[in-house]
Amino acid sequence: MRPGEASAVDAPVSPVGFTESTHPVRDEPDLLATRHAVRSAAVAAGFDLVGQTMIVTAASELVRNAYIHGGGGTLTISAIGAAHGRRGLRLTVADSGPGIQDVEAALTDGFSTGAGLGHGLGGTRRLVDEFAIDTEAGRGTTVTVVRWVT
Amino acid sequence: MATEDDLKVRDLLVRVLREHDAEILDLWVRAQSERAAVTALGERELRSEAAGVIAALREGLETGLPVGDVVERHAPAREAVVRLSVRRARAGVDPTATALATLALKDTLLDVLREHTDEPGALFSAAITVNRLLDAAGALTFASYVEGREEIIRTQHRQMLELSTPVVRLWRGVLAVPLIGTLDSARTQLVMNGLLEAIQADEAPVAIIDITGVPTVDTVVAHHLLQTVTAVRLMGAECFISGIRPAIAQTITQLGIDLSTITTRATLADALAEAVRLLDADFPDMASERVRSAL
Amino acid sequence: MTAPPPAGVPIIRLGDILLTGLLDDLDDKTALRFTEELTERIADEGARGVVIDISRLEIIDSFVARVLTESAAAGRLLGARMIVAGMRPAVAITLCGLGLALSGVETALTAERAVAALGWRRDPARVHGSRPHATR
Repeated sequence: MRPGEASAVDAPVSPVGFTESTHPVRDEPDLLATRHAVRSAAVAAGFDLVGQTMIVTAASELVRNAYIHGGGGTLTISAIGAAHGRRGLRLTVADSGPGIQDVEAALTDGFSTGAGLGHGLGGTRRLVDEFAIDTEAGRGTTVTVVRWVT
Repeated sequence: MATEDDLKVRDLLVRVLREHDAEILDLWVRAQSERAAVTALGERELRSEAAGVIAALREGLETGLPVGDVVERHAPAREAVVRLSVRRARAGVDPTATALATLALKDTLLDVLREHTDEPGALFSAAITVNRLLDAAGALTFASYVEGREEIIRTQHRQMLELSTPVVRLWRGVLAVPLIGTLDSARTQLVMNGLLEAIQADEAPVAIIDITGVPTVDTVVAHHLLQTVTAVRLMGAECFISGIRPAIAQTITQLGIDLSTITTRATLADALAEAVRLLDADFPDMASERVRSAL
Repeated sequence: MTAPPPAGVPIIRLGDILLTGLLDDLDDKTALRFTEELTERIADEGARGVVIDISRLEIIDSFVARVLTESAAAGRLLGARMIVAGMRPAVAITLCGLGLALSGVETALTAERAVAALGWRRDPARVHGSRPHATR
């Protein structure tokens, strides 16, 4: 999140063109299906090509983490609006896996993370405007990201 | 929960809105037209817009939503009010005049109600209902007006950024971006995007970023330059940086910024010469085509 | 799931070069099988160069990036130079954001350029080059 900016992770879902949808993340075909769902939502929200590519890539990273490390979960896509007419997309990826032991370690990335901790979360954070993670050992992980249409 | 009285008042309001819509429309449009500031919109546009708002409010009341929530929660009503407001923001109508547009509808509705209701009690309840309905509209008008202005500012900001970062074709297969001003992350993305798309369209093997017009290079700017170079290389082209003035070279070394992976040159001319050498070595096709076109 | 279906990615042979392309809806299993098959083909056919056209890929996430860097590394061990060609601008910008520079992978603007850089040409008298990036 940029400093001095209020968090929109909890921003209300935009009443204009209200859309919110939840998608299961259970198997490999779901990885592709969720990507397509985020792509259409990003197009509908008015993202340009780079914005679409960034949010779809972020979704792909998070959903794959939930599938591989969290044993599956759900992706919720919300079209959000905020003051000043900004529009954006909020993605919430939740799993009930083992959780992340060391969040700081998961967020710091060597420029390319291999297998194991790291999970590419640091890279994913750079593709979005806001990033929040809620995890507890044994209780699962929920990552919420927001990207605004520029 | 709505009481029986509420329902009666609502029915009265819906009936008036339906049976006397033409009269309400005329009065409201006239009330707005009298304010000089709104004339920019034109009578016809004003009428169709007003008709839309009136119809949407009536439909919203008919859905049975709480009166105070109709504008917020009945999507067509909300959209009609937002559209009214954003259109004024775009036309340069000031915020007071825009807020007065919805207030004028309140007066109009009350006048028409007074004409068609004999019972003072009913009229009083109806007035309260109208207030509740349109106060929400007033608040929304103001919020969307601000949003409309913000949107204009954002659009202009983006256009200004785009204007300030042109990609020029220096030579066959060599593109250049003369950067002027500083590089923040928004601008970097625009420069990157413009440059990369030009590289793709031209199939240009070399791009030069000229930073003669960049006042200072700090770690943030250097990071953005490195990112752009990396992106260009990912596409399969090479990227040089030119226009590094002595003072900037000193800052870069003092800050310990490592640009050693990048080909840098003092002037754009030097970088172009280097680019042409590279083309001749690696892309003789382009070189020979260049000679052919020169003949 | 019963027997795995054949890999969905065709690999074409062009002299001593292998030419292949990835499609956007690449799933993880196909991607992994692709790396295996590509590596085997390089070894079996003694390929000297490999061109992977990625102009159809609308996104490259860290998984696909790893498939590419690992294929390149495996190919290099077997003596083949691998060039990834045709990355889209938006994909390149996003990869930079992710912090994945595909180090060790050569890139080219188009598959044609990549093939030319590997020396496979209509006119063998000339030699072409591609730009190795990020490692320089």
